[in-house]
Amino acid sequence: MKRVSLVLSLALAAGFSIQAADAQTLKTVKDRGMLSCGVSQGLPGFSSPDDKGNWTGLDVDVCRAIAAAVLDDPSKVKFVPLSAKDRFTALQSGEIDVLSRNTTWTLSRDTSLGVNFTGVTYYDGQGFLVKKSLKVNSALELNGASICVQTGTTNEQNVADYFKGNNMKYEVIAFANADEAIKAYESGRCDVFTSDVSQLYAQRLKLANPADHGVLPEVISKEPLGPLVRHGDDQWFDIVKWTLFAMINAEELGINQSNVMEMAKSDKPELKRVFGTDGNLGEQLGLTKDWVTRIVKAVGNYGESFDRNVGSGSKLGIARGLNQLWNKGGIQYAPPIR
Amino acid sequence: MAIEARPPPAQYVAKLRRLLGGRSGWKGLVVQLLFVAALAWVSYEVFDNARDNLRNQNIASGFGFMSQTAGFGVSQTLIPYTESDSYTRVFLVGLVNTLLVSVIGIFFATVIGFIVALGRLSPNWLLSRIAGGYVELVRNLPLLFQILFWYLAVLGALPTPRQSVSVFGSIFLSNRGFVVPSPIAEAGTTGFLVALVIAIVIALLLPVYARRRLFNTGHLLKIWPYVIGVLIGLPLLAIAIFGKPFHFEIPALRGFNFVGGARVAPEFVALTLALSTYTAAFIAEIVRAGIQSVHKGQMEAGASLGLSRGATLRLVVVPQALRVILPPLTNQYLNLTKNSSLAVAIGYPDLFSVFAGTTLSQTGQAIEVIAITMGVYLLISLVTSALMSFYGWRIGRSMGA
Repeated sequence: MKRVSLVLSLALAAGFSIQAADAQTLKTVKDRGMLSCGVSQGLPGFSSPDDKGNWTGLDVDVCRAIAAAVLDDPSKVKFVPLSAKDRFTALQSGEIDVLSRNTTWTLSRDTSLGVNFTGVTYYDGQGFLVKKSLKVNSALELNGASICVQTGTTNEQNVADYFKGNNMKYEVIAFANADEAIKAYESGRCDVFTSDVSQLYAQRLKLANPADHGVLPEVISKEPLGPLVRHGDDQWFDIVKWTLFAMINAEELGINQSNVMEMAKSDKPELKRVFGTDGNLGEQLGLTKDWVTRIVKAVGNYGESFDRNVGSGSKLGIARGLNQLWNKGGIQYAPPIR
Repeated sequence: MAIEARPPPAQYVAKLRRLLGGRSGWKGLVVQLLFVAALAWVSYEVFDNARDNLRNQNIASGFGFMSQTAGFGVSQTLIPYTESDSYTRVFLVGLVNTLLVSVIGIFFATVIGFIVALGRLSPNWLLSRIAGGYVELVRNLPLLFQILFWYLAVLGALPTPRQSVSVFGSIFLSNRGFVVPSPIAEAGTTGFLVALVIAIVIALLLPVYARRRLFNTGHLLKIWPYVIGVLIGLPLLAIAIFGKPFHFEIPALRGFNFVGGARVAPEFVALTLALSTYTAAFIAEIVRAGIQSVHKGQMEAGASLGLSRGATLRLVVVPQALRVILPPLTNQYLNLTKNSSLAVAIGYPDLFSVFAGTTLSQTGQAIEVIAITMGVYLLISLVTSALMSFYGWRIGRSMGA
């Protein structure tokens, strides 16, 4: 059982060493020459392996960006596929260095799990997927429905809150991973599959006839998704946090994968700080001066990664919506690099 | 049979044994005490270290979470449960679900296992080959595969609730499970139940009486007509006196699903089917081995007394075989109970799924939750094997061994 072995390793890590809590992650990663990154077990657009075993997706790009910033090579990532219920234990026990797996930032997770959320890669909300043949137009018509959900997620509690709040009855069938849940939904065991809206679109692609299924208009929760690291290593926390911020700032500054080398030569003061030709911001992080160049060269800016994986350039075709930059009508916003 | 002399144990083994063992007086005792003290010290260090490290990492610890509100739904609950109940309640719900599927699974696995074993030993060529084929097929396929097979391929192929198969317009079969009319208590319930209990007690006491009579007078009393008479007659009498005990609520399709009636969820059915047929294949082999371990002279002796094959098996062979069968059979019962944790794959809310799964990931208190879960499985296993040992002891006693 993977679960039990994870817990045992957590117990051993906690019982015999303090390595997990030490401010050592950067050194560990550099010595190992490999970043260990926890991702989902296969969610198109966010993290899924292709037929050659290459992982792609928005969450995967964060891992590759960190590897590029720290190890100067976006391919030096060991991807560890984790189920929703195993993900935190894997991070706590030191099996992974960073968890980049569509995880919702909540207060209880931030305070009681010994983890720190580093930012938001995707502003999401929970919705419902139903068969079009049921002729349901609103989530408020779902009284008495059977609902398939992935266990160990915020979705499981949100759906309980929503149905209780609207005085509706429901039956929830919780599965260990999303594939099993969507399979049970497809076989007719459930009327509804519930998850974050982005996931609904991604999982719908796995169904035999995606066009027969529709997402209901109601979004019943806030689900800010982002990467997280272990509590107690501030330097590593900063590196992961600012890798993400660098991607967002790059989009805002118009730096992309194709023009990054050219822009690096610019003598605009703002760009000089970003590219490290002026000051030593990268070194303050514990990296090198050209950290942003490496990140953008490896995975592009935030907008490029979004479009390529989940947006207009992908099979999912999700609109930018809230994930548009703050100055273009969205709420995606990163503190400045200065 | 010649008894071969065993080589004497090597000197250093004997020395070590004397150092640790009971017969060496106070020296052995001191070493044992030191050993226990060292063990306790190491455990304390590990525990203390773990607590400090968890605190340093800001991971919540302790058992306070057990009284927090769970806030998620569970699909099958035998005891009352709502989302606003605590994690302790979730734990109990999961425990009851695990026990339910284990007990029912063990019952069916035992019945199927004995039938298959007797079939395999039967002189009927076809019957024994079919039983053999069953054993080879079922025990060589992974259990998880079989659970998913029953769940997705067999039960998943049933129609949706709106097109469900109905039996007499009151039992409905669909991919949401089996919906049957549920009894609703009326005035005569108490009288009916009391009569039923009395009837069962009498039915259980009658064989004892018949046995004593057989030993005392040598007459074999045919008791089954009396048993059936009591079991049917007494409750009927109660109905005649106290009135109708129940009325049945007929389930009806409303909206997405059936309203009213009692429902057996497909997750439960798939899990029970898979666990009992899988374990039955192993039990069949154990029973076969047990029966074959009894000397064939016993079978011939039974035949020469004029007993039928069935009676010889039941009265002569199986009681002797049980001594060989019981220990490995206990293992299979334990396996079945522990294998029920595979329920998580098909969404049956057993202990492992709702407690070591959902509760763990909602609270993040992995060490506490896993410790409780391990303790509970250990306790279930110990109780099961204690019951089986007791049963074995009774059989041994009754055979004068």
